[in-house]
Amino acid sequence: MHAFEYAAPSSVADALTALAQDDAKLLAGGQTLLPTMKQRLATPSVLVDLRKVAGLAGVTHEGDALVIGAMTTHAEVAANETVKQALPALAALAGWIGDPAVRHRGTLGGSLANNDPAADYPAAALALGATIVTDRREIAADDYFQGMFETALEENEIVTKVKFPIPEKAAYQKFRNPASRYAMAGVFVAKTKGGVRVAVTGASSGGVYRESAFEEALTANFSADAIKDIKVSPDELITDLHADADYRAQLVGVMARRAVASA
Amino acid sequence: MVQVAMTVNGKAVTADLEPRTLLVQFLRETLRLTGSHVGCDTSQCGACVVHLDGRAVKSCTMLALACEGAQVTTIEGLAQGAALHPMQQAFQDNHGLQCGFCTPGMVMTGVDMVNRLGHDLADATIRHELEGNLCRCTGYHNIVKSIAQGARDMGAPALAAE
Repeated sequence: MHAFEYAAPSSVADALTALAQDDAKLLAGGQTLLPTMKQRLATPSVLVDLRKVAGLAGVTHEGDALVIGAMTTHAEVAANETVKQALPALAALAGWIGDPAVRHRGTLGGSLANNDPAADYPAAALALGATIVTDRREIAADDYFQGMFETALEENEIVTKVKFPIPEKAAYQKFRNPASRYAMAGVFVAKTKGGVRVAVTGASSGGVYRESAFEEALTANFSADAIKDIKVSPDELITDLHADADYRAQLVGVMARRAVASA
Repeated sequence: MVQVAMTVNGKAVTADLEPRTLLVQFLRETLRLTGSHVGCDTSQCGACVVHLDGRAVKSCTMLALACEGAQVTTIEGLAQGAALHPMQQAFQDNHGLQCGFCTPGMVMTGVDMVNRLGHDLADATIRHELEGNLCRCTGYHNIVKSIAQGARDMGAPALAAE
């Protein structure tokens, strides 16, 4: 790891000041950033650690939404009674990220800011139509995810919390790479008042996306049978050592059907 | 250099560290607590697992400075004098190791599992919880047995000293 300076401000305002320095980067749980820095793929001059900033962690049930602080860890989301009651699919998703030690450090905000194409939280945020709240504005999930590792966040914008509307039904299913446990295809299905939304992670070279053919069919008839004959196009899907695009297309269909059946 | 203060195995420690110092480097190289191992350095293998404020973390993927004010427990902090911790004893009783390199992380992960999930752990639960700990020798069977026994023994009332 290259040398850097370290700051641990206690407010969002102070964090923004620290971030204004050249090549400063935010540190949340560090479960992606620190490994990336070890590989020297990231070489920030300053790390601004958010761990002391008050009010960034925790879960509240506000009206018909679950509001989760950006610094809330995966382990907290997985074990939180409010999440388990109101949005069990989200608790289950959080409990299958990485491994127990990683879940004790990794955070919701870190996952969404990084937008790894195989990360789990982006599928939940997009399928549930979440709102990403930052230090300066609110961004709808449909506008937020802009491709592999790309988001609508401005330079030095800080995610503070995420509002997840509570759906009528929801479920997430992923086919995990047997070695890395990352999603080779993960599908989050949410039945909401406005219709069904289906988000896919791990499969596309464009990062998380919505599978609109599934959404239309499931809005008309919310059953696994309704989508069994719909072919997923492999055109934009990832081909790598572990699976080619055709296989991933097949996995997306299977995971979507399993998600619908378990919602 | 930046000063950091934390509690490691019940003892207050302070040091001046470069910000890039990882927790595991601080433990091994500054404090000479070499029980926490560095296997992969990429947060896959779990040989470096320690407890930070009571929760298992990978100390190769933590900055030491981020542990300011925290309570850290390493494998060296489990035994009470000559008496092994029940989880350590269970690994000995069940031959839960061969080369021993992964063992400190396995034991710390096992104790964390019990702290969160209780004393009656199904084999399937133990195997799922061990996803972040790799062992290249044992094939895991005896590790799973060890953790199941360690979990039960951690729940048993301590025998009165003779």
